Amino acid sequence: MMSAVPISWFLTLSAILFALGVAGFLFRRNIITVFMSIELMLNAVNLSFVTFSYQHKEVAGHLFTFFVMVVAAAEAAVGLAIILTVFKGRSTLNIDDVNSMKN
Amino acid sequence: MQLWLIPTLPLAGFLINGIFGRRFPKSLVTTVAISSVVLSFLWVLHTINAMGDLNTPRAEHYFTWIQSGAINIGCDFLVDRLTIVMLLVVTGIGSLIHIYSIGYMAHEHGPNFGGYYRFFAYLNLFMFFMLVLVLGASFLLLFVGWEGVGLCSYLLIGFYFDKKVATDAGNKAFIVNRIGDFGFSLAMFYIFKNFGSLDFDKVFHQAASAPEWVLTTIGLLLMVGACGKSAQIPLYVWLPDAMAGPTPVSALIHAATMVTAGVYMTARSWVIFTHAPGAMDVIAIIGIATAFMAATIGLAQNDIKKVFAYSTVSQLGYMFVGIGSGAFSAGIYHLVTHAFFKALLFLGAGSVIHALSGEQDIRNMGGLRKKIPITFWTMVCAWVAISGVPPFSGFFSKDAILLAAYGHSPAIYWIGVVTAGMTAFYVSRAMFMTFFGSYRGTAHPHESPAVMWVPLAVLAALSLVGGWLFPIPAFLKAMFPAVEGAENPMLMYISVFAGLAGIALAYLMYVLKPGMADSLAETLKAPYNLIYNKYFVDEIYSATVVRPLVGGSRIVLWKGVDAGLIDGIVNGVGARCRDVGSVLRLLQSGSIRSYATWVLFGSVALLLAMGLYGGLPR
Amino acid sequence: MDVILFLIFAVVAVVCAINVVVQTHPISSALSLVGVMGSLAVLYLLLGAEFIAAAQVIVYAGAIMVLFVFVIMLLNAGAETKKGRSYLIPGAPLLIVFLGLMAFFVQRIFPDNTMVRFGGFTGGGPKEIGTALFTTYLLPFEVTSILILVAIIGAIVLARKEIE
Repeated sequence: MMSAVPISWFLTLSAILFALGVAGFLFRRNIITVFMSIELMLNAVNLSFVTFSYQHKEVAGHLFTFFVMVVAAAEAAVGLAIILTVFKGRSTLNIDDVNSMKN
Repeated sequence: MQLWLIPTLPLAGFLINGIFGRRFPKSLVTTVAISSVVLSFLWVLHTINAMGDLNTPRAEHYFTWIQSGAINIGCDFLVDRLTIVMLLVVTGIGSLIHIYSIGYMAHEHGPNFGGYYRFFAYLNLFMFFMLVLVLGASFLLLFVGWEGVGLCSYLLIGFYFDKKVATDAGNKAFIVNRIGDFGFSLAMFYIFKNFGSLDFDKVFHQAASAPEWVLTTIGLLLMVGACGKSAQIPLYVWLPDAMAGPTPVSALIHAATMVTAGVYMTARSWVIFTHAPGAMDVIAIIGIATAFMAATIGLAQNDIKKVFAYSTVSQLGYMFVGIGSGAFSAGIYHLVTHAFFKALLFLGAGSVIHALSGEQDIRNMGGLRKKIPITFWTMVCAWVAISGVPPFSGFFSKDAILLAAYGHSPAIYWIGVVTAGMTAFYVSRAMFMTFFGSYRGTAHPHESPAVMWVPLAVLAALSLVGGWLFPIPAFLKAMFPAVEGAENPMLMYISVFAGLAGIALAYLMYVLKPGMADSLAETLKAPYNLIYNKYFVDEIYSATVVRPLVGGSRIVLWKGVDAGLIDGIVNGVGARCRDVGSVLRLLQSGSIRSYATWVLFGSVALLLAMGLYGGLPR
Repeated sequence: MDVILFLIFAVVAVVCAINVVVQTHPISSALSLVGVMGSLAVLYLLLGAEFIAAAQVIVYAGAIMVLFVFVIMLLNAGAETKKGRSYLIPGAPLLIVFLGLMAFFVQRIFPDNTMVRFGGFTGGGPKEIGTALFTTYLLPFEVTSILILVAIIGAIVLARKEIE
């Protein structure tokens, strides 16, 4: 039928976005880009939640999404503050240089 | 009847002297030690008196020691005729030797009067254990005393613990004894398995109806224990070395009491042995072989104590010949008379050594009979007794044994006669070289104090008259089965003749013609070397048993198994953990991206697991 | 009609996401991320989640991404330089396997019987959200408010100048 989208397509899209987020996290060296990949992953998960909420015809999924957004906001604030502090100390945004927990 | 007082009095002496003796003045230590033993002796006399009819054994039960399933072992003491004989010997001669020790140990060097209190404490402890051994009414209680006297023997042999000779001898005694104890333990296990109990009355009651091979096995295993404790072949090697201890110790433990424990034990188990003739034959053969061999070694020794030590081994062999020939009372008879004259010989030797301020080599003695007359005359009494000269005590007991041996096997009789001749010879040799001729040494001999020669005198009297004063076979006839001894007076004359011949030969070689002994030794150099070196038995044991065992322990068990295998495993586990850890450590690279990669890897693994096993709809 | 909408905005989302990952300068990545969020908001509308769609645009795209852009400009981050280890070799196959597995499971679990239509779910409006939020999910709501408070304090403490 032309006017209906199978639910599995939404979930597949969510998986693709999540994988792209992981790719960004693994392959990029700039800390801020890594952070944005994290936000991308969170968005993918949000899409999943809303899809399942549609499937079960319940509003709970929306509420989870809401809380995820709140937490993402808090996390972004604090995370960026940490990045600022690290940058002040080391003057580099390269994630590989933040390795004093080595061994 | 309060039998428990008999061993407990010396035990109290041990505790008091052992714990507090360090602070006591010498006189107090002496009083405690001597009184405990003398009181024990008096109590023995009282017990005999209180027993009345001696034919019924009296038992006293004190408490249940072990109670577990089928095992019920109580602490019981038993008194019958055999016990009385042993008690009198142990406490009587023990008291005499304690008194003698006052004088002998009076001038020791070192702190606390040279360990004076320690000596008497150990001696009292020994008395306690020996009395427990003799009074015990079960094999296990006997074994407690058995082990205890072994311990005290070790402590007393190694009394001069700063001398390696003494401590080595103590170790040797204890270890060789242990081998015998192992045989004894096996015997006890087997007895328990077959008869369900270790009490003498129960075991002997059932033994009469047990199959012969069972009794033979038990008998042989018990004999292994007796070989260890009573210094028979092949476990006699500790006794000559034990002479490193003080002389009263040699007299008490290694002549009169501890070494006779094996004889006592076999006599006590006569029911088992009379139904196992095979074991009896073995005992007789071991006894006569030991008697002969030890006598030959004694011919060539130059240390006066060693001569008497080998003599003890030899006489113990005689006792076992008596036991093995079925004449249990003859064996016990010889035990008693031997206690008299051997203790006297040792104490006399101690007196000589004391007089010469420590000299023990008879080549450096001579002509002492004028200088220390009391010692000389008392030792003469022992000399004639051990040589079997009638009518002294040794003659009666040795004759009883030889007669019984002839009835059992004439070959044993003839070897016994030759051994008697050798016994007379070497004791005479020692006496002649020590007391006759002219003095060859450098010390100033002086007579011992009264506290030393009074016990010597008492023992001398006993050696002379003890034979017909204490007719043991008649006393024990009610207990042991009678043996048809061949009543052949010819045998008696032959054995007496052998003894006199030995004395005469020694007189010839050492008094009339002093150089004859040395020239004889020169001509017969090979046999002389053999017996002078004790047939190299110690060396053989060392090479075949001791060194392989020690080497095996060191190389295989210590370096191989303990250090290599066990430590290897334990250390290896630790090392492997460390290795695993050092690999896992590389995970902590500090790089966030590598952590993320690992997380991804983990989640992929989880997804795979979920897919394969998770129960997704197929 | 719904299918076409879905396809268009899905493609936009994926392309922008790829752009986030691929671009060297962070500002470009940030702007692409805004594009992703926008398309996702449309998809939420398709799923009947009106409130969430609005929240996405206002909070995510409007506040969080703006914060990101501020910080990028504050730090004056330049384009990324090419050095350091590359995790391409272990990461790429793992990623492909991961994606493959996810897609496979999704297809397996959700056969094409549930369909999404615009207007198929009307329970996503503010009234329903508010009712649930203040009754069933009251506790998480209060907790998240404290969480935000903590985040604010944390951000201020971390980013302020040291007191001389």
